[in-house]
This record gives sequence, structure tokens and C-alpha cells, in this order.
Amino acid sequence: MAHTLIKVPASARRGEIIAISTIIGHPMETGFRPGADGRILPRNIIQRFTCHYNDELVFSAELFPAIAANPLIAFHTVATTSGTLRFSWEGDQGFRHTESVSIEVT
Amino acid sequence: MNRNAATRRQLLAGSVGLGAWLLVRPVAAAPDELATVIQAWTGGAPVQNGRVKLDIAPLVDNGNTVPVGVSVESPMTLADHVTAIAIFNERNPQRDVARFALGPRAGRANVSTRIRLATTQKLAAVARMSDGSYWSHTVDVIVTLAACIEGEAS
Repeated sequence: MAHTLIKVPASARRGEIIAISTIIGHPMETGFRPGADGRILPRNIIQRFTCHYNDELVFSAELFPAIAANPLIAFHTVATTSGTLRFSWEGDQGFRHTESVSIEVT
Repeated sequence: MNRNAATRRQLLAGSVGLGAWLLVRPVAAAPDELATVIQAWTGGAPVQNGRVKLDIAPLVDNGNTVPVGVSVESPMTLADHVTAIAIFNERNPQRDVARFALGPRAGRANVSTRIRLATTQKLAAVARMSDGSYWSHTVDVIVTLAACIEGEAS
């Protein structure tokens, strides 16, 4: 299970622009590097990141091997209503991870 | 004696010229490739300079993890917003770095991440607006320690 670090304000005013920051533990193996045995290590990266706000897609990212290990993705969204923010990471070798964070909007 | 000095001067001048030619040639050849991948992403639409700010340190000590931010001047309303931001590089094994899809729900067109840089090169951020126009910002980055494309330390 991958470790994640997600920063979302616990509460916000309606219409406020909030900053969101996410980090997930992942090697992001490029597929260009030889391993200790001299053979190229197979690519193992996160390809897609999505953020759903109350099941509506508000942000997504496509990642390539040039993204550093333990990818950090920071972005903004408008606090509309109380609910949950769902973060998903999908990648090579069937990698899939989802986290949810609740937010209270007043 | 005088004649000898003159030939040495000529020889030196000639070798400096050759050295400069060798240095300049690959640098001058590479940006075309960066322009080509940007054109492929925009579908041939013209790309204008401005409105986009690619924020990265001009001198990078460690190419394995380099903080990068992209911000775009946009009101981010339903009628006028940024729909996508893409980052391209010039000299990593692959030209793509990341692509972000956003919209009016983002509130602010500002994304950041951490990237790998294999060597000293150019980086470009391109934004697609809701009106279909493209804007970009290109920066030069000097990398002292490259991201490992070599093998693992054993």
C-alpha cells in the first residue's frame, strides 16, 4: 500500500480558492535505467492522477517518466459545497490507489 | 620570428573558431525538436509567448528532483479559462514531462510538481485556453548533477 500525504484545508468558505497538495510514495522507475544486473529496469510509473470533488472531476494530470520519484502534484480548486475530495493514482503494473478527504464548506 | 608569431595567432584564432562551431552546432539543432513536440500537442495551432509563467530555479544542483510550477494569467471563469497545461523538455530521453487538465472549477491556473532533468536544457510550459489559443513560456535550466539515467549504485 502506497503512502500518501494530502494537504487539503479542513474547512473553507463557499467560493474560496483552496490549495491542494498531494504526494504519493512511488519509485517512478523511468524504464531508461539499467539495474544492478545491467539490464534495463522495466518502466513502472504513475500515468494518471485525478481529483474528484463530490464525484465531479475537477483536475487531472498525465505523468511521464520525467516526473520525480514520490510524485508531488499541487493545484487549486474552488470550494463549492461540503463533501469529499477523492484522489486517485493509476499506473503501470496495475497500480491503483485512492484516498478520500472530507471538507466542510460554510 | 614575426612571421612565426603571426601563424600561431592565425592557428589559435582558427582553433577557437572550430571549437565554437562544435559547441554551437548541437545547441542550435535541438530547439527544433522542442518546437516540433509543442506543435504536435497544439495540433499545429500557433503558440504565442506570454501569459504563462514557468517557475523553476535557473541553476539546479540535483536533477533527480526539481520543483517546477506553472501559473497562467486567466480569470478562470466559465467563459474564459485554461483547459490544459503541458510541460515539455528538450533533452531528457522523452520530450513529455506532464500534462494537466483543468477548468473553471480550478479557480486559479497554478500547478506544481517535481521533475527529473537529465542535463542542462530548455523547458517549455504551454497552456491551452478555452478560446483555443495557446500561450507558452520557455526557460533555460543549468543542471550540475544529472538525474540518473545511469544504473543504480550497487
